[in-house]
Amino acid sequence: MVGVVLVSHSAGLAEEAVALARGIAGERVPIVAAGGTEDGGLGASVDLIERAVRDADQGDGVVLIPDLGSSVLTARLLEVPGRIVLADVPFVEGAVSAAVASGGGLPLAGVLAAAEEARGHRKL
Amino acid sequence: MDTDFFLAWFAGMAELIRLRRDHLTELDAAIGDADHGTNLDRGFAEVRQALAEWPPTSPEQVLLSASNTLIRRVGGASGPLYGTAFRQMGKALDAPVTPAGFAAAFEAGVRAVARLGKAAPGDKTMLDALAPASRALTQAVQEGVEVREAFERAARAAEEGALATIPLLARKGRASYLGERSIGHEDPGAASSALIMAALASVES
Repeated sequence: MVGVVLVSHSAGLAEEAVALARGIAGERVPIVAAGGTEDGGLGASVDLIERAVRDADQGDGVVLIPDLGSSVLTARLLEVPGRIVLADVPFVEGAVSAAVASGGGLPLAGVLAAAEEARGHRKL
Repeated sequence: MDTDFFLAWFAGMAELIRLRRDHLTELDAAIGDADHGTNLDRGFAEVRQALAEWPPTSPEQVLLSASNTLIRRVGGASGPLYGTAFRQMGKALDAPVTPAGFAAAFEAGVRAVARLGKAAPGDKTMLDALAPASRALTQAVQEGVEVREAFERAARAAEEGALATIPLLARKGRASYLGERSIGHEDPGAASSALIMAALASVES
């Protein structure tokens, strides 16, 4: 399955978003949180994101979903075209869409497209 | 320009950023999250420490070491941005480093910042100081002026570019959430970029 890494400024936000996406998409989906800095503060850590990518990677590629600002810039440093890609999507909606698509066995391009569809989802 | 030149440049950056730390943080308090000065001061102090602990043997190694430290140790957006600039600059440098080679590598670094941040001049970012500095440097080198003079022109262009961000509307970064309220403040990233260029102009050679 395609891995999904949620990159947030906040460790709590990333972890809870992973729990939510797992709850909806299933426990088997390789979705991992990379939130905050290594000393537990708000921010982005390239080392934490790198570790999360390794944990989420089953050989089918990884989609990174950052929240904003330095999460985006730091996640972009790890992009490998065709292998580790970044989704420019709303954090929660994109995470859930990507996790469901990954759990459904879609390839990397399919998971990325599913995440990106979340950008246009209306709630009402 | 040898390894010592690049070490002196980074030592100068660390000193200038320490001196101007509170000013950078004040600029960031107006339109950002008030951590630019402290983040950069910590990051560049660690750059110096890493360079002292594992002495580099080439200009490229100086730049790559600084890049690694900044990417890993500056929590905010400026870490990946400056880290990428120095990494690309390091990769683009050929030994021995000539003024023309330096200018071309610097331009490669500035372009990498624009790509990573998807920013353009006029967006009220560090690019508003770095891009004019790069242009001034390239032009000065083409005119064949002395390297010290070329660096001084680049530093002036960066300083003017930073001040020219005051009337701009921020289109990137946290300040962009403020919309029109970002107008009237100097961009902290452009201000720190001007310090990086000022440090270049004051390296004793």
